[in-house]
Amino acid sequence: MTRQQVLDLYFMENRAKLIDIGAFIDRIERATGEEDFRMKAFRTALGELSKGQPAKARRVLLSLSDPTTEPISVATTKAASGAWPGTK
Amino acid sequence: MVSRVTDDYLDMAAAGCQAVCEPAFWAGFDRSSVDGFFDYFRQLTEHEPKRAAKFGLLHFTWLCINPKESEDVKLAEDVLSIIPKFLDKPNVLGIGEIGLNKNSRNELKVLEMHVDMAAKYNQLILVHTPHLEDKLKGTRLIIEVLKNDSRIRPERCIIDHVEEHTVEMVLNAGFWAGMTLYPESKCTAARAVDIVETYGQQRLWMNSACDWGVSVPLAVPYAALEMRKRGHTAEAVDKLVYQNPITFLSQSPKFKI
Repeated sequence: MTRQQVLDLYFMENRAKLIDIGAFIDRIERATGEEDFRMKAFRTALGELSKGQPAKARRVLLSLSDPTTEPISVATTKAASGAWPGTK
Repeated sequence: MVSRVTDDYLDMAAAGCQAVCEPAFWAGFDRSSVDGFFDYFRQLTEHEPKRAAKFGLLHFTWLCINPKESEDVKLAEDVLSIIPKFLDKPNVLGIGEIGLNKNSRNELKVLEMHVDMAAKYNQLILVHTPHLEDKLKGTRLIIEVLKNDSRIRPERCIIDHVEEHTVEMVLNAGFWAGMTLYPESKCTAARAVDIVETYGQQRLWMNSACDWGVSVPLAVPYAALEMRKRGHTAEAVDKLVYQNPITFLSQSPKFKI
């Protein structure tokens, strides 16, 4: 596909998603209390989009992932939170 | 599809689906004993095929204790002990969906027990990779377990729920890779087609998540539509959504379509 064709197919949908992200951050900042590691990881992941590097979806996923390699001693929950608490 | 209403079978049949492949998975709560699994395996091998057949759909299944219940190794051993009783059922394709959830030591141990059973009984393997932040690490650990067992042939294993950061390592290791289509987590149709355009169609397929969460049983037909919107040929669509699954699943003599 040409870039024009990709834009014709996907621009409006992704424009809406972009505004949703802006509104989400506004909502967080309007709310009271402290953020947690998820928002820190979210902001780090957002930064991946403006680095001008290829494979942006992969980079975002990597930035939200647990990079360690050893199994944990015991699973104390079944749920995943979407971000790794150790994100610097 | 034990977690879905009958209307979903109707919709799938109307959309042109021919078969359902249902892995054993978590019930949304922990089962209290092996007896719960015995009944669940009966449901998967006796009841669901009949429910699907009412709409002309073939029903195939995979058996295991899901990684979400694998922290309890004793329960897992009990469940593994009853699985051989069901392996000869006509709709059982193999062991699955096994894998990891939180990447714990016990989950890893239970994964190795399942892999051993698959090797002993010459079964195909369907692997679940962990969710979200746990997927990268879990996929690496799973590949390590499978590669460390010399009896396991990668072409007889599909590692499911790949995304942009895990698909390459799965394909490079010789396994099949599944892209599970989900509205929020895992992979959207547009991203799945991006992955196909980046990595090609070799040993890659798509599946619709049909579980307790918000999911879309017609996700694969919608992804086929996404491919057509981008100008993929009818042959390319057919290979990804139909021929590739048949190629992999036909390694089980029970899979006939």
